[in-house]
Amino acid sequence: MIYFPEEVVEHIFSFLPSHSDRNTVSLVCKVWYEIERLSRRAVFVGNCYAVRPERVVRRFPKLCVLTVKGKPHFADFNLVPPDWGGYAAPWIEAAARGCVGLEELRMKRMVVSDESLELLARSFPRFKALVLISCEGFSTEGLADIASHCKLLRELDLQENDVEDRGPRWLSCFPDSCTSLVSLNFACIKGEVDSASLERLVAKSPNLRSLRLNRAVTVDTLSKILMRTPNLEDLGTGNFTNEFQTESYLRLTNALEKCKMLKSLSGFWDASPVCVPFIYPLCHQLTGLNLSYTPTLDYSDLTRMISRCVKLQRLWVLDCISDKGLQVVASSCKDLQELRVFPSDFYVAGYSAVTEEGLVAISSGCPKLSSLLYFCHQMTNDALITIAKNCPNFIRFRLCILEPRKPDAMTNQPLDEGFGAIVRECKGLRRLSISGLLTDKVFMYIGKYAKHLEMLSIAFAGDSDDGMMHVLNGCKNLRKLEIRDSPFGDGALLGNVAKYETMRSLWMSSCNVTLKGCEILASKMPMLNVEIMNELDGSSEMEENPGDFSKVEKLYVYRTTAGTRGDAPNFVKIL
Amino acid sequence: MSVETERSSTESSAASGLDFEDTALTLTLRLPGPVVSSSFSSSSSSPDLDRKRASSDPDADNSPLAAAAAPPAPKARVVGWPPVRSYRKNALADVAGSSKAAKFVKVAVDGAPYLRKVDLEAHAGYDQLLRALQDKFFAHFTIRKFGDDERKLVDAVNGTEYVPTYEDKDGDWMLVGDVPWK
Repeated sequence: MIYFPEEVVEHIFSFLPSHSDRNTVSLVCKVWYEIERLSRRAVFVGNCYAVRPERVVRRFPKLCVLTVKGKPHFADFNLVPPDWGGYAAPWIEAAARGCVGLEELRMKRMVVSDESLELLARSFPRFKALVLISCEGFSTEGLADIASHCKLLRELDLQENDVEDRGPRWLSCFPDSCTSLVSLNFACIKGEVDSASLERLVAKSPNLRSLRLNRAVTVDTLSKILMRTPNLEDLGTGNFTNEFQTESYLRLTNALEKCKMLKSLSGFWDASPVCVPFIYPLCHQLTGLNLSYTPTLDYSDLTRMISRCVKLQRLWVLDCISDKGLQVVASSCKDLQELRVFPSDFYVAGYSAVTEEGLVAISSGCPKLSSLLYFCHQMTNDALITIAKNCPNFIRFRLCILEPRKPDAMTNQPLDEGFGAIVRECKGLRRLSISGLLTDKVFMYIGKYAKHLEMLSIAFAGDSDDGMMHVLNGCKNLRKLEIRDSPFGDGALLGNVAKYETMRSLWMSSCNVTLKGCEILASKMPMLNVEIMNELDGSSEMEENPGDFSKVEKLYVYRTTAGTRGDAPNFVKIL
Repeated sequence: MSVETERSSTESSAASGLDFEDTALTLTLRLPGPVVSSSFSSSSSSPDLDRKRASSDPDADNSPLAAAAAPPAPKARVVGWPPVRSYRKNALADVAGSSKAAKFVKVAVDGAPYLRKVDLEAHAGYDQLLRALQDKFFAHFTIRKFGDDERKLVDAVNGTEYVPTYEDKDGDWMLVGDVPWK
């Protein structure tokens, strides 16, 4: 193939489906490396500190789609102190200098400033899509710049970001010439929204297929908007309270009837049970339903709606649905592929109406289930074994028993056998989160059977270093390992150091690793950044006692070609 | 026909039993399912939050759970546990904050075989309350608009007026509508 002209090779590469395939061919020879890099359109950077932005931009000058992820996953749960890092600015600045053809930017868990958004808006004339997930650091003024200057904007998707509210003006910044919007999601914007601007924007966006509103949008506005979007496929409603005028709800019914393409619903902020029947006519066509922000609906309201959703593939609910409600889901939604049951009570041993029975019912009724996030009150080994047999297709299995270290509710035994069954039966398992009372044995099973596992989350589990060693030695495809409050120490940390170069990252917090152990790791593996965070003013303490055996509160290890990062705050020490 | 007296044996005393200082049943909208005799509080960890689940839920499938949850569980807080994004926690807290604890009161109508419960918090004023009462007792009365724009509950059959009254905490029968709604 070396004798083919470059254009032909490039054309062949264009059929490669994934980033990893393209990465692989680029390693074959210098010629292929050059052809590949000059024709690469999309780059995925799983850890923003793994590589310098300038290097990415220099290698891939034709970059159109850039995805960057910042903070480690446990930052979602406040385990990473604020100001840790994950800044978007260097990436946007580098791209502004080196790839002005950028069309799409997707960022997750990063700190994005208004200045960066302004730079983004002004630097890329072909910019089409901005997706920000769990980001922070910007305000509605930054959004105003995006709206004002991105004339070809197709997608503005803001998912669960922490956005400072500086007023509703941003929504009116879309120029009249901007008619290209396909997807607009501002559900996470906390403040008021100017209804007239919103209606005007929707009116001039004939291609709108996905629209997710925030809580400030009233039913009245929603009903007017929906009259103009008969091709809408995905809708996040605004406010859905019972303080309504009947005319709005009548108009809503008429509008919803016209939305024959509507497949996905979310929002339902403050939904009162009285409003729910207005959705019934849509239920039969829904494939996605997110009711997880609606604690005001009880299990009977939920089941009356869900029992009509016979085509449902994705369901997110609160645990108010209860085991009985999940039985209704199991008998109604035979096509269910993804289920998430969130807790409504955030205390540690909080009450939940959901137990192992609900999940067993789901598993027997919904054999296509492949992705699960399940918060529950209790679990048993028998249930997990049954679930594993019923649903061998799990790709993502995340189980969170609300009380840490809780044993099998029937036998009081650890849940090793149950999770063992999951990893043994579900041969395609890529992501696993375990909870409850667990010994080293469960890790033995994981290491032995979970050959395709890429991400493992461990909390309050295990007895000794052996547990972690089983995972490091056995899980060939492991990319991310995150551990909290488990008795793994330096022995485990240093037991297979070469492994970390094959992984994206390792997180350990409230475990038994010591400063000495981390220093040894850092000295053995120069290609890793070993970051230590201590709650107390750790930096000065650590310098005074080199080789200290004091425990490290938080450890974050990741492979990198970028060396030590210069933007680390002073509570982070990089060894 | 319509006599505007407060209490008359011929005209029923209509909505008696509207006791603003109601029984201990204060339902929170946030935790549906079994009746919870506590109100949601995201920031404070009130130690006397009793975890007794009064299984007034007629479906007794929950009873093993209710029994298991009966001893007060420690309201401990562990950082980052359960693993739920702050965004979600804040959003649910906001929803709970805005949906105030419902205030249900019993409503009895003379001649009606069953009492009903009405959520005072769900209505913004006396007019809406009247409408709600009409909805619940539609067989018994409708709302008739009088010349001076006052709305009164009127018997659907013979037009006699119903007068909503309530018993306040001193045990006195009061006419509904005198005290400001709040």
